[in-house]
Amino acid sequence: MEVISEIEEFINIGIPVGDWIENFVDFLIANFGEVLGAISEIIGTMIESFEGFLFLFPPLIFMLIITLIAAKVRGKELAIFSLFGLMLVFNMGLWEEFIVTIASILTSVLVALVLGIPLGIVKAHSKIVHLITRPILDLMQTIPPFVYLIPALMFFGLGTVPGVIATVVFAMVPPVRLTYLGIKQVPDELIEAGQAFGSNWWQMLTKVELPGALPSILMGVNQCIMMSLSMVVIAAMIGAGGLGEPVLRSLSTVDVGLGFEAGLGVVILAIILDRLFREE
Amino acid sequence: MKNKIEVKNLSKVFGPRPQEGIELIDEGFSKDEILAKSDNTVGVRNVDFSVREGEIFVIMGLSGSGKSTLLRCLNRLIEPTRGDILIDGDSIMDLNKKELIHYRRQKFGMVFQNFALFPYRTVLENTEFGLEIDGMSKEKRREKSRQALAMVGLEGYEEQKPDQLSGGMQQRVGLARALAVETDIMLMDEPFSALDPLIKKDMQDQLLELYEDIDRTIVFITHDLDEALKLGDRIAIMKDGEIVQLGDHEEILTRAENDYVAEFVQDVNRSRVLTAEDIMSKPLALLYENQGPKTALHKMNEEGLTSIFVVDRERRYQGILLIDDVKDMLDDNARDVKKYCRQVPEIDPQTTIDELFARLADLDTPLPVVGEEQKLIGVIVKTNVIANLASEPDEQVKD
Ligand SMILES: Nc1ncnc2c1ncn2[C@@H]1O[C@H](COP(=O)(O)OP(=O)(O)OP(=O)(O)O)[C@@H](O)[C@H]1O
Ligand SMILES: [Mg+2]
Repeated sequence: MEVISEIEEFINIGIPVGDWIENFVDFLIANFGEVLGAISEIIGTMIESFEGFLFLFPPLIFMLIITLIAAKVRGKELAIFSLFGLMLVFNMGLWEEFIVTIASILTSVLVALVLGIPLGIVKAHSKIVHLITRPILDLMQTIPPFVYLIPALMFFGLGTVPGVIATVVFAMVPPVRLTYLGIKQVPDELIEAGQAFGSNWWQMLTKVELPGALPSILMGVNQCIMMSLSMVVIAAMIGAGGLGEPVLRSLSTVDVGLGFEAGLGVVILAIILDRLFREE
Repeated sequence: MKNKIEVKNLSKVFGPRPQEGIELIDEGFSKDEILAKSDNTVGVRNVDFSVREGEIFVIMGLSGSGKSTLLRCLNRLIEPTRGDILIDGDSIMDLNKKELIHYRRQKFGMVFQNFALFPYRTVLENTEFGLEIDGMSKEKRREKSRQALAMVGLEGYEEQKPDQLSGGMQQRVGLARALAVETDIMLMDEPFSALDPLIKKDMQDQLLELYEDIDRTIVFITHDLDEALKLGDRIAIMKDGEIVQLGDHEEILTRAENDYVAEFVQDVNRSRVLTAEDIMSKPLALLYENQGPKTALHKMNEEGLTSIFVVDRERRYQGILLIDDVKDMLDDNARDVKKYCRQVPEIDPQTTIDELFARLADLDTPLPVVGEEQKLIGVIVKTNVIANLASEPDEQVKD
């Protein structure tokens, strides 16, 4: 017994992980403040533009447009569901939050795809990049999403922008992985056929690899959207607006009704987006 | 005849340290020993051969003998470890990436065992792939692809996706894709192995038919001796990465140079009664009826022939012209070959080998095999028949 407590005492030398991280973040802020500022600026502008655009439509028109798109892309069932779902959101008085959520999800997904798909492509072609990114991606997938809030908060303060950034980090993993996987799964014979007819690397990528990987990439897009949605409530903890906010508010005021309504809003959005962006 | 492809002392070693494998090859160790000693696999071992312009060169051998590796070295899909490859007399070994891409577009078409069609492209889009890669305008490449599809009998299927077609049709698309690019050389890696026997025979016939119209050199891989004999002008047999024998039909069948080849040859399915169609070969040269004695002489000289078959524009058989007849024509200053050519009895494609033997006995000229519409489809020389008779097992059903 004594030995054990002695060992415990011995190994408990108090490694200052927290201090290190803090120092590191301070270092980044001091030296890369401008870069961080620029990122914040770009993302902020994107969110605002999407919001501005989406708010141009009166709710009824917006509902009809989504319904028509749903009818065209997936058929009657989704169209009916969309119409009634959106009307319900409107009736619950959550329309504004709903649109804000869509805007930040559009931004997150767009950024995550713009970064994730090319990274997946590079990863599929470079062993080094693959080996470097693999543990990082593993880590990104296993860390509880709450943890992303901390650096986002430190670098970008409170608000929707850090919320989107935390979301991007979290939702970027599937597009990277599935793009990589899709390209790797293109049969050798097709790659050979591409080479044999004299493709250069760009033709190889655009005419052989990406078309072959498309189903997998689309799956990545779908998962990216779904993971962004799952961050809606969490991002609200650092001040992101939208449907997450009433959920949080309801938690602190034990307002079950409000919490349920906002949650329902997220679910409706999730179902519509999932069905729209899915490879049947 | 000109050499289209020359392969010189070519070796390919797979593994962690290929150079070490090369050294072991030079020291004379076998493929298995090298694998055990150094973890390197010998794919191709000191191979030397050349492919003549316009011939069908068949490479055969058992699984793992290095056929695919050798074929892929020819357009450097696989980088050879040592040796040289000349196409039209120029080495392709020191081409850089860009030049190589250019070369592949200009010189090589390829047909794959498992078709390797792009599942997300339509039949037409698959066919035009090579032309698209080469940067041809959409309109032009569509037209060429349609022509190529017509050549393989796939009109009307342009808008289908490959998975809507049968295996034989898919391979036709693969063939059309290689035909469309109009390169000089066609590389075919067991293109018909995945097809069932009837369709396979059909595809072989179609390839031979196409071969008459297109001006290509074909390197064709198979592990089926029947197929090799049917298609090949010359046949190379590989074992453990080496070419153990190279020659035309007769040489392969009658003079098996080692046990391996002999075993291979014994495998030929001889339980059926061979007919003229099975053993005929392609005429080395043909004379069209409107061509004169000078042309005849030239063609005969080039192929080392003493006689040549005369056909009309539609390839209908007209007769045979012997070297002596050509001399007479030149002496008489005559131009019309039809007046001088002789009538040798025609052979029906279904004539059995025994009947052939009887008819050949007292003839010095080759026999014309004439099919539908009087078309000349092949020739039979004495050696064809004798080689096949000689290797027939005793239990052969006679008539
Ligand atoms: N990429 C590779 N890495 C390592 N070894 C290889 C590779 N490709 C081929 N080999 C080896 O090289 C040898 C020749 O293979 P190859 O594929 O050329 O044979 P093949 O004659 O085409 O056989 P098959 O009839 O089965 O297609 C085999 O021993 C094989 O294991
Ligand atoms: Mg092979």
